[in-house]
Amino acid sequence: MPSKLKNSLSLFDWRQYIVYIAFVLVLIYFSITLAEEGFMTTGNILNIARQTAMISIMGVAMTFVIASKEIDLSVGSIAALSAITTALTMQQGLGMITAIIVGLATGLAVGFVNGYLVTKVAIPSFLVTLAMMMIARGVAMWLSGTAPVPILSENYIFLFGSGSVLGVPILLFWTLLIAIIGYIVMRKSVFGRQTLATGGNETAATFSGINTNRIKMTVFMASGMMAGLAGMLYAGRLQAGRFTFGEGDELSVIAAVILGGTSLFGGVGTVVGTVIGSVMIGTINNALILQGLDVSQQMVVQGAIIILAVAFGSKKRKS
Amino acid sequence: MNHTILRMKEIEKAFNGITVLDKVNFEVKTGEVHALMGGNGAGKSTLMKILTGVYQLDEGSIEIDGEYQQFSNPSDAEKVGVSMIFQEFSLIPKLTVAQNIYLHYEPRKAFGMINDKKMVSDSRKIIADMGISISPNDLVENISLGYWQMTEIAKALSKNTKILIMDEPTSTLTKSETKTLFSIIRRLKESGITIIYISHRMDEIFEVCDRITVLRNGTNVITASCADITMEALINNIVGGSMGQSLKWIERPIKENRKPILEVKHLQSGSRVKDVSFTLYEGEILGMAGLMGSGRSETVRAVFGVDAISGGEVHVRGSKKLIFSPKEAIQEGLGLVPEDRRSQGLVLEHSVKENTILPSLGALSRRQIIQNSQADEKVEALVKKLKVKTDDIHKTVSLLSGGNQQKLVLAKWLLNDTDILILDEPTSGVDIGAKAEIVEIIREIADSGKAVLVVSSEMTELLAMSDRILIMKDGEITSSIDRKEIKGEEEVERAIQVEK
Repeated sequence: MPSKLKNSLSLFDWRQYIVYIAFVLVLIYFSITLAEEGFMTTGNILNIARQTAMISIMGVAMTFVIASKEIDLSVGSIAALSAITTALTMQQGLGMITAIIVGLATGLAVGFVNGYLVTKVAIPSFLVTLAMMMIARGVAMWLSGTAPVPILSENYIFLFGSGSVLGVPILLFWTLLIAIIGYIVMRKSVFGRQTLATGGNETAATFSGINTNRIKMTVFMASGMMAGLAGMLYAGRLQAGRFTFGEGDELSVIAAVILGGTSLFGGVGTVVGTVIGSVMIGTINNALILQGLDVSQQMVVQGAIIILAVAFGSKKRKS
Repeated sequence: MNHTILRMKEIEKAFNGITVLDKVNFEVKTGEVHALMGGNGAGKSTLMKILTGVYQLDEGSIEIDGEYQQFSNPSDAEKVGVSMIFQEFSLIPKLTVAQNIYLHYEPRKAFGMINDKKMVSDSRKIIADMGISISPNDLVENISLGYWQMTEIAKALSKNTKILIMDEPTSTLTKSETKTLFSIIRRLKESGITIIYISHRMDEIFEVCDRITVLRNGTNVITASCADITMEALINNIVGGSMGQSLKWIERPIKENRKPILEVKHLQSGSRVKDVSFTLYEGEILGMAGLMGSGRSETVRAVFGVDAISGGEVHVRGSKKLIFSPKEAIQEGLGLVPEDRRSQGLVLEHSVKENTILPSLGALSRRQIIQNSQADEKVEALVKKLKVKTDDIHKTVSLLSGGNQQKLVLAKWLLNDTDILILDEPTSGVDIGAKAEIVEIIREIADSGKAVLVVSSEMTELLAMSDRILIMKDGEITSSIDRKEIKGEEEVERAIQVEK
């Protein structure tokens, strides 16, 4: 039936898929123009996967934060702090397992403080996490005395960053693991639905029996913990904890989430979109380096792409 | 004094083919306070929106001071001296009284700079003329709500208003603030300003108005001088034959020895709920009537755990419960269809299904994972049962009509198998067809043994479905009347109007 076909065509909202379309176009463009530089080689592709892993992992949790109509600017600093506490724990000879627990707990604890200040003290998350961004990095500098804390455990270095299994970097496994968990929680679970309802209309969510403060608390704790994990991966990759890890990552993470199609106005969130958004930004950076552009030019192009993608992707809000 | 300042003749207006005003005539004399009355949907606000240029008339004419006028937007109406004070205030709390009065009309001096001195002194003069004591330099957020209203009036006066329209001006005022307002109205009248006063409160109208015009179903019913009409006659005119065919009362059998399911005892909450006690039985439809601002919505919000309770008790199924949040209320088997479905009832950007299952996620999930096929099935069944017009349960609810959206808010609680359903204005902004359907759904819910508490300003629907009606006035339940003993709408109208 032609009318039915037309109906389903008009229901198909291509804007929702803008990031996938853009990603495919970017891949095609660079694979042609950068064929000689080896853009499409397995080595380069795995390289991109390694470079984007931390942003993707933090992005998965940030998707929940933004879908609930909050923001977390402290993720980059939490990554640095967790890297330092993990490295220091191992330096103290307390063993790898303890160090892993300490690293994750660091992120969880900072996330808890964020959530507490947002829900109980009612400070906007923008301000809370802006302040926490400074505090967490300050503590990281303080604990490390601004010097790198070396990590000697080979098991740790293998598991958290530098290892690979059958030629596939371990970072890719981490990314896939977190993305799959995030996808299931967002799309299939009670918690995901409640998060989206909280961001979409907090009053209606409350009236439906959802404890929206508990939801927000949980998303901040998850965001803190994933930032902690990302910091531990940085540490494993560079075989040391440094207070400079993750500087500016909060912006790349938010860019990846928004690029992926999650709404800054809350209520809409897509984990798969976030991962694609993150990989797309990584791919473009990688291609620009291959093309011989330097960091300053990369930044300009990255910013322009975010504006373009969001402009194309956003539906004009009804007045 | 007998000069006619405003003459609206044979006004006709239709929305989407539905006639809202049918040849309405409305005349107001210079310097009088003219009450405009009528039930919900009578056409009062549409008529006033035409007069203020918000809507354009389809047929008819408007004459002001003998000159024909055509308003294509609100500023056209303001230019010839027509201003309206709305129920919702349009003030900016962070600005001063004077800055609010002259918002967008700030007096200027050289280089387009705002002349603050003139603005303050002009404001002071207007305020003094009104006979009230606020400083033009006070921040609006620091003055009481009653004075917000006065500031709105001052704002209108600053624009050389000749005709001032007030829509339910006392609904947010305390008794003493109401008195102040009336003395301002008398002063304005003496200075030659004409006032159109929209209100449901009869006692106020008899106190302050000179003449009354009543509309019903978009037509004129009567225009009379206040001195010549009794309250009884006025109520009869407003209500008319509107005990309509589509919303007739069907008597429901009352079971013997039915159990009380919800008992509210001396409930206090905020400033609006002072001492509320009532009992709701299984299978009962209990109506709650009262004027705007009498504390009905606040009562149900407190029972449902939205607003904090400052005194009194709530008993569910015979035992005392402490309910601090909607979540706890829902666990006790309560459900609330809130006053404003768009801001409180639905997540507009989400789908029919996603909205409907929201309170029932626990029951529809296994180990925290939502069982989608089971959820789809249940939602499909409900959509069919409630005759929700949507082609797909995955459609965004913002695309549905008001009546269908309201049915979904009801569906949320039907899916959750709620025992005690509280409905706050369940048919507001819903067309007459959907209204009858919603009344029918509510009857079915009660027939299945559940208890229903309905708050409504629409007497017709309240009388159509209630077994018993509570009258609420100034934060207290003043009486409880069996539906059987009520002969007509007039009786309930009188009960909610009369002083204790």
